[in-house]
Amino acid sequence: MKKIKQLFAGVTFASLGLQSAQADYTLNLMQGVTTVSHDIFDLHMLILWVCVFIGIAVFGTMFYSMYHHRKSKGHKAANFHENTTVEIIWTIIPTLILVAMAIPATKTMLELDNVQNSDMSIKVTGKQWYWDYEYLGTGVHFESHLDAVSEKVHRDGSDPTRVPHYLLNVDNPLVVPVGKKIRFVFTAADVIHSWWVPDLGWKKDANPGFINEAWTQVDKPGTYRGQCTELCGRDHGFMPIVVIAMEQADYDKWLQTTLAKQNEKPDLSDQNRQQLMTNGEAVYLKNCVACHQIDGKGINGTYPALSGSAKVTGGIDPLIGFLQAGTSRMPAFAKLKDNELAAVITYIRNAPELGNKVGDEIQPKAITPVYDDDE
Amino acid sequence: MSAVTAEHAHDDHHDDHAHGPEKGWLRWIVTTNHKDIGTMYLLFALAMFFVGGAMAMIIRAELFEPGLQFVDPQFFNSMTTMHALVMVFGAVMPAFVGLANWMIPMMIGAPDMALPRMNNMSFWMLVAGILLIASTLFMEGGAPAGGWTLYPPLVLQTGKALPFAIFAVHLLGVSSIMGAINIIATILNMRAPAMTLMKMPLFVWTWLITGFLLIAIMPVFAGSVTMLLTDKFFHTSFFDAAGGGDPVLYQHIFWFFGHPEVYVMILPTFGVASTIIPVFARKPLFGYSSMVYATAAIAFLSFIVWAHHMFTVGLPIAGELYFMYATMLIAIPTGVKVFNWTATMWKGSMTFETPMLFSIAFVVLFTLGGFTGLMMSIAPVDFQYHDTYFIVAHFHYTLVPASVFILMAAGYYWMPKWTGHMYNEKIGQLHFWLSAISVNILFFPQHFLGLAGMPRRIPDYAIQFADWNMISSIGGFIFGASQLLFLWIVIDTIKGGTGEKVSDEVWEDAHKHGLEWTLPSPVPYHTFSTPPTVIPCDHD
Repeated sequence: MKKIKQLFAGVTFASLGLQSAQADYTLNLMQGVTTVSHDIFDLHMLILWVCVFIGIAVFGTMFYSMYHHRKSKGHKAANFHENTTVEIIWTIIPTLILVAMAIPATKTMLELDNVQNSDMSIKVTGKQWYWDYEYLGTGVHFESHLDAVSEKVHRDGSDPTRVPHYLLNVDNPLVVPVGKKIRFVFTAADVIHSWWVPDLGWKKDANPGFINEAWTQVDKPGTYRGQCTELCGRDHGFMPIVVIAMEQADYDKWLQTTLAKQNEKPDLSDQNRQQLMTNGEAVYLKNCVACHQIDGKGINGTYPALSGSAKVTGGIDPLIGFLQAGTSRMPAFAKLKDNELAAVITYIRNAPELGNKVGDEIQPKAITPVYDDDE
Repeated sequence: MSAVTAEHAHDDHHDDHAHGPEKGWLRWIVTTNHKDIGTMYLLFALAMFFVGGAMAMIIRAELFEPGLQFVDPQFFNSMTTMHALVMVFGAVMPAFVGLANWMIPMMIGAPDMALPRMNNMSFWMLVAGILLIASTLFMEGGAPAGGWTLYPPLVLQTGKALPFAIFAVHLLGVSSIMGAINIIATILNMRAPAMTLMKMPLFVWTWLITGFLLIAIMPVFAGSVTMLLTDKFFHTSFFDAAGGGDPVLYQHIFWFFGHPEVYVMILPTFGVASTIIPVFARKPLFGYSSMVYATAAIAFLSFIVWAHHMFTVGLPIAGELYFMYATMLIAIPTGVKVFNWTATMWKGSMTFETPMLFSIAFVVLFTLGGFTGLMMSIAPVDFQYHDTYFIVAHFHYTLVPASVFILMAAGYYWMPKWTGHMYNEKIGQLHFWLSAISVNILFFPQHFLGLAGMPRRIPDYAIQFADWNMISSIGGFIFGASQLLFLWIVIDTIKGGTGEKVSDEVWEDAHKHGLEWTLPSPVPYHTFSTPPTVIPCDHD
């Protein structure tokens, strides 16, 4: 099979005079790693073969006719223009095929829909442009953004071919245990998103203000990747999904470390300039770059520029307050810890790539709360 | 001289000289002649085909390689949105209205459309609507970028362009409704006495049904975008959960319009194919009445299947199952049509001039699009296919090598009648082969991309999608460039074509198949001032 694929690719590319950039492509739907995804794959293959056979019959007849019943071969036209028997046959046979298709399809649909008796629940919230995961009942809650390397490469226009899992990698993957029935509840904060991991066999829309449900049970440990599939604005193409399925014991360990890390008090001690700028860039790439852009110039008419902005380069306290409270256009960044705020403020005031050079360092201690997020 | 003989032969237009076209450019502004208006519709559609095509070229250029090379993601989204709007409302729909204007009166033996002044108005409103929507490209915040479906809440994030786009949709809607009323009124009231309903050419039948579809759906679309307008500017909450609304409601309303809308673009396509294939097979159309009933059945079904565009929005299970079954049913009447075309060719005496080539390619490639449509009707599998390149491949197969190819076929088929000049058959066939091959290089790999997991509407993609995207783009560039040949042919044919004198029936024995071939070539400005008495009908 692999040989045939390579041959196929080789011939196609050679005929177009191209060099294959990547041999690792697929032609067909993936089988996936759950029982439901296998059922879906089987349905896909069944209906595909049905279409192939009908296609061969119809196109075969047509091409036979085009070859033999042509004027240049001296074929004289017949004059028939109806035949009730034939017309009834070609109405009834497709109907029977459809009924035969509908039965397994209904079974799989009912299975997909059955979210009862789940072992755990994860709430997935789509946001412009990242995913937010909450493990209901455990206290684990985190954001999952496009990984820093892909983020940088797609924004500064450098060559993406060497980036591992370009645009399909995240900073914090969703971790699930194998062999457990996991129920997902979906919603969105701003616009409609859609959560799709092909290996799980389905996608589900995340609608703002409403809850959708779906479930999965992964049988094989592994890393499974997907993307947002509902156009959700400018960076729709840059909010991937990574699911890591692991054995129960590993999962329990992961849950504990994640929870511990989440509850850790942030390190609010002073940092040197280098540290502040590096951390600040990471915070910027995750939270700010989508609107204000990699060069800090924003988008004319839509998102304001940070380069040379009086708000950015002016007084510290108003700037802190502005970031924490947000506006009707800009989300409030109260979620950022004091050390992150300090770093990103230092970064936006001083980063040469953003075109600002105030020449100061803002330390975590300098952050005065506008309102307290420690509830 | 020839006009005089024609007058004598048909005894149907004594006073041509008294009602010639207006002199100068004003002719085109004030004309109420169905042929002039048909020409304007067709030329406008051709121009928009190139505008929308240029946008597609931008999209394929950006997708040629992974990484962002040419455009900003927001502009990319504007391009996918505008490409769809321009192609649907500016190219394909007006082109079919243009054909209807030109051909329906000539096919049913009528002197003109029933409502000639409204005809003029609906054309100029179309131009206004398209110009308005094109102008949003230059507005602050850019053109709409939320997809042609204009889903809220995303579309409400559009900048200054939103109200202009909505008003443009209103104008286009009014234009379409007026066009549809005119076509229905013409078909029902203006037929020659001998032209009974079941003798009408299928193109007329499909347009009659399409007209009713348009009247039913355009007000629904206008209503849904008006709700967007009030949500944005007048504090209503039709689609905002915070005020008790529901964003999914919009999708139900939109697709109640949107699904019949895709049949608005395909039913007249069926009509043209059913007109052309018998002529070049030299055989009557097989199953005329089943073609009529199948068209009506498809039109009816199109109103009750809309939520198959929404299998993943979170429908209740009963809804998923109902819409799955109803959608599967469409395969039956559609299958009947394909079988009928095949049976029409069977035991014919076929020749393969350019119109026939495009028509055969239509039957084959539309059927491919139909197959993927059937695959997607299976709701659980659609949970994988939905919003990927698989569906991009699907609807482009039903629109480009189907509707667009048939429009090309119609152009080649009737241009000699319209202009009195023969087009260059060699260049026509070159145009066909380049188009037919490149359209498959363009769209077939998109099936693979979708199945492999590439979502639609993304400006940049993972490396494993690189190869097929590059091939698809190359196909796109060849397809785009090939269409310039068609432009050349249109201009060349108008200017005189091959110079050979075309007969009245143009194609061998065409007069047995349609009234238009009993008229002189080129057709005089006014035809059938008195109705014809002998109706060609090859199916009783």
